[in-house]
Amino acid sequence: MSTTTVTEGDGPLDRSVDKERRATIAVAAAVGGAGLIAAAVPFVTSFSPSERARAAGAPVEVDIAGIAPGEMRTTEWRGRPVWILNRTPQMLESIRRADKEVADPKSVRTAYPTPAYARNEYRSIKPELLVAVGICTHLGCSPTGPYASGTNAMLGSNAGFLCPCHGSVFDLAGRVFQNMPAPDNLEIPPHKYLSDTLVLVGDDSKA
Amino acid sequence: MNPMTTSLSCSSLTRAAISVGLGASILLGASAAVGSEGGIAMDSWPVDRGQNAASLQNGARLFASYCIGCHSASLVRWNRLQEIGLTSAQIQQYLISGNQKVGDTIRTGAAPGDQKRWFGKTPPDLSVITRARTSFEHAGADYIYTLLRGYYRDASAPNGWNNVAYPNIAMPHVFWQEQGPRETRIESTEARKDAKTGAVQHVQVVTTYQPDGTSSRTETPVANHGAGGITYTFKPLNVEQSRRFDADAADLVAFLAFITDPTAGKRVTIGVWVLIFLAFFTVIAWRLNAVYWKKVR
Amino acid sequence: MAEHKSQYTGLLGWVDARMPTAMSEFKKHMSEYYAPKNFNFWYIFGGLAIVVLVIQIVSGIFLTMHYKPDAGLAFASVEYIMRDVPGGWFIRYMHSTGASFFFIVVYLHMFRALLYGSYRRPRELLWIFGCLLFLMLMAEAFFGYLLPWGQMSYWGAQVIVNLFGAIPFIGPELALFIRGDYVVGDATLNRFFAFHVIAIPLVLLGLVVAHIIALHDVGSNNPDGVEIKAHTDAQGRPLDGVPFHPYYTVHDLYWLSIFLLAFFAVLFFWPEMGGYFLEWNNFIPADPLVTPSHIAPVWYFTPYYSILRAVTEQFMLVLAVAAIGMSALLVLTTSNSIIRGAIAAFSVLLVVLMLVPGVKLDPKFWGVVMMGASVMIFFAMPWLDHSPARSMRYRPKWHFWMLIAWVVAFLILGYLGTQPPSPSKIIVAQVLTLVYFAFFALMPWWSRMGEFKPVPDRITFVPH
Repeated sequence: MSTTTVTEGDGPLDRSVDKERRATIAVAAAVGGAGLIAAAVPFVTSFSPSERARAAGAPVEVDIAGIAPGEMRTTEWRGRPVWILNRTPQMLESIRRADKEVADPKSVRTAYPTPAYARNEYRSIKPELLVAVGICTHLGCSPTGPYASGTNAMLGSNAGFLCPCHGSVFDLAGRVFQNMPAPDNLEIPPHKYLSDTLVLVGDDSKA
Repeated sequence: MNPMTTSLSCSSLTRAAISVGLGASILLGASAAVGSEGGIAMDSWPVDRGQNAASLQNGARLFASYCIGCHSASLVRWNRLQEIGLTSAQIQQYLISGNQKVGDTIRTGAAPGDQKRWFGKTPPDLSVITRARTSFEHAGADYIYTLLRGYYRDASAPNGWNNVAYPNIAMPHVFWQEQGPRETRIESTEARKDAKTGAVQHVQVVTTYQPDGTSSRTETPVANHGAGGITYTFKPLNVEQSRRFDADAADLVAFLAFITDPTAGKRVTIGVWVLIFLAFFTVIAWRLNAVYWKKVR
Repeated sequence: MAEHKSQYTGLLGWVDARMPTAMSEFKKHMSEYYAPKNFNFWYIFGGLAIVVLVIQIVSGIFLTMHYKPDAGLAFASVEYIMRDVPGGWFIRYMHSTGASFFFIVVYLHMFRALLYGSYRRPRELLWIFGCLLFLMLMAEAFFGYLLPWGQMSYWGAQVIVNLFGAIPFIGPELALFIRGDYVVGDATLNRFFAFHVIAIPLVLLGLVVAHIIALHDVGSNNPDGVEIKAHTDAQGRPLDGVPFHPYYTVHDLYWLSIFLLAFFAVLFFWPEMGGYFLEWNNFIPADPLVTPSHIAPVWYFTPYYSILRAVTEQFMLVLAVAAIGMSALLVLTTSNSIIRGAIAAFSVLLVVLMLVPGVKLDPKFWGVVMMGASVMIFFAMPWLDHSPARSMRYRPKWHFWMLIAWVVAFLILGYLGTQPPSPSKIIVAQVLTLVYFAFFALMPWWSRMGEFKPVPDRITFVPH
């Protein structure tokens, strides 16, 4: 016997592949491809934050009972400092005076969206209590302060915060002054008051 | 606390699959019902409790009341218990004591150094306990079910209690008030070799423990070795109370089995779909293979 | 210009003009590699072994993203993967199921070679690469098994490292060197992690490449043991061959689907497989002060472990007699007087080291030697098999039963290795150890005996 095993025209790159073969290959590729994608799902989702990361990033309850007027307490949420500043009437006055000098007085920019309940005059739920993330919106250093008016060269007659890395200054509502390296106001984290003395940072759901 | 009584969404197919899986696990190397190597035979834990949300929630309540005083389950997070039908708020309010949060891992307040001094050893972590206590001879759930219900009052034991599943156990009988007093009878057959003649005499030893821990022992010579192993019987003074405790113990074991392998239910459900898909793909691959090979002569 | 002219168009043509090796290698190893058309069921396991290797590597990479190779953190990190990492339980079970299936596939793959004489000339080097792959796979499994840091992990590693301590003179120093500490500890865990994750996988990949090249350079064997290259057409293509791609790619895809059915059935429904794939004792964190009552290696090592345990003080006498008998047989059948002298001298030395009080080495040492020999003897197959017919199909029927007897001995030894020892079980293990070695040691003689069937010129094939 000297006949070849395979009938002519059966090479892998031969264009004259018959219809039945084509159809079967297409179906197998489609179903197999779907299977491979399904198999990839657990591997890809394993990249998402684990339960441990989510527990560590869970909302933080902060007791604000002992914060005296003019005093600021720093807490931590998701690895970042969160400032809670009890503002005096003079501090609130300085915020009103700074309206014309800040870059985004109504907090409309969306890079660090300000929650609806903080899009007001003092950028807070309770006028006297500022809850803000203490990270400069330029390149991530933590600003110093709060400084009263006339106590800091960069701030001049304004009261507020100063970022030591590149000199951005913010008012006591966390709004960045015009012409600063930082483009945005300080981020207001999601938060809600569980009671008059307890604020939950990281969760602002109604439930 | 009012546990929800809706059962978990688990079809009877998956229940059967889990039972078969558990059964197959014990099948390999399982020895005679009397117990191997002279040990006792374990009672069978009612497997269906593992699928019942009410049982699991009761088990969680028992765990938080009785076990967490000494044992951690430090690889399990409290919020995992949402999978047995509890809300985050319920877990925080009814199960967690102290300043732990629902995302934290289950940890006892006791200090390990203290426990080693008091009991002689640190109480084991219960995160994977039903798997850890499984052997070729018995399933871990059966062993723990037997252990929890296997205490008997023994005046000669250091803390006054002994256990048929784990003789001279260091763990006290935390459920002694729930189980109620019982009379215990333990039988075994021993082979005694006479030092002078060298002859082997089989003796059946029966020890009876009263509810107050005093014991009496009788020895009867018997002709042969008998079935081997140790057998025991309990006579509760209040049968109804003892039965209620059996149900609670079963629920607690269900909870321990759940925290050992919390993804088991999901695993079985997904597995059914995967196998259906693969069976379907096998038919397609079979046709693809045939389409090429029918040309081969 | 060094750019090549390509027969292809489009993107393929662009690549082919710049790297013609891509398509030329594809043709050489896939679309124009002619494999015998009569491959049967036993020929699926090589391809399946590659698939399982890929499964282990991919699942292993994702496990390494979360696993902590630290004695204080390892056990908890595995449960972290099982519970807290999304999809982590699936990845872990893929790796544990894959480990056991790797050995099932490889054992069946080796069995095929024994059935059809695939280790014989000119495929001896292919077989040697395969045996090296087998050794490396066992090492990979051994190093990987320490990583979960359970009781079995710890004590299994302790026992095996102490085996190295049984080697005379250098043993204790060697064991200390391997461990990096006085007992198995954090230092041991870290280096075993390095071996398991990168060092041995690189060696495995290199050996797989060598194994496939050695195969393709001489061509595949087949169930009839007939060389298909003996009959070619005008273009030099074997008459009884089909291009590997697409004929065996679709054939392997079908069997892969069936394999995955079995694989995922285990993964989703019986991941512990009764304590054989995931051992129960390994759910107890490693405790250097408490040894579990039964330490046994994982199931795929148990046959060799059985042989190790079978070598007792009394068995030494049997071994010595066997050594004398074997050397007598060799001396009588060798013509070269120098070799005869060497064999005789070596056997005298062996018997002295086995039996003479004061000089003799412990049965513990001889157990290690026998266990090592039970694995290394596979390498010698091409030179032990003297049958005139390559494939079992054309050998006397009783040769097949000899092979089956050896397989049964292997399986029973494996079962015995999972059990705690007892006097009767040790006797059985000792008898089966003799059967195991006799199959190989006497093969040069028994493989020549009996009535052989005429080997056909062309392969036998039933169209389907």
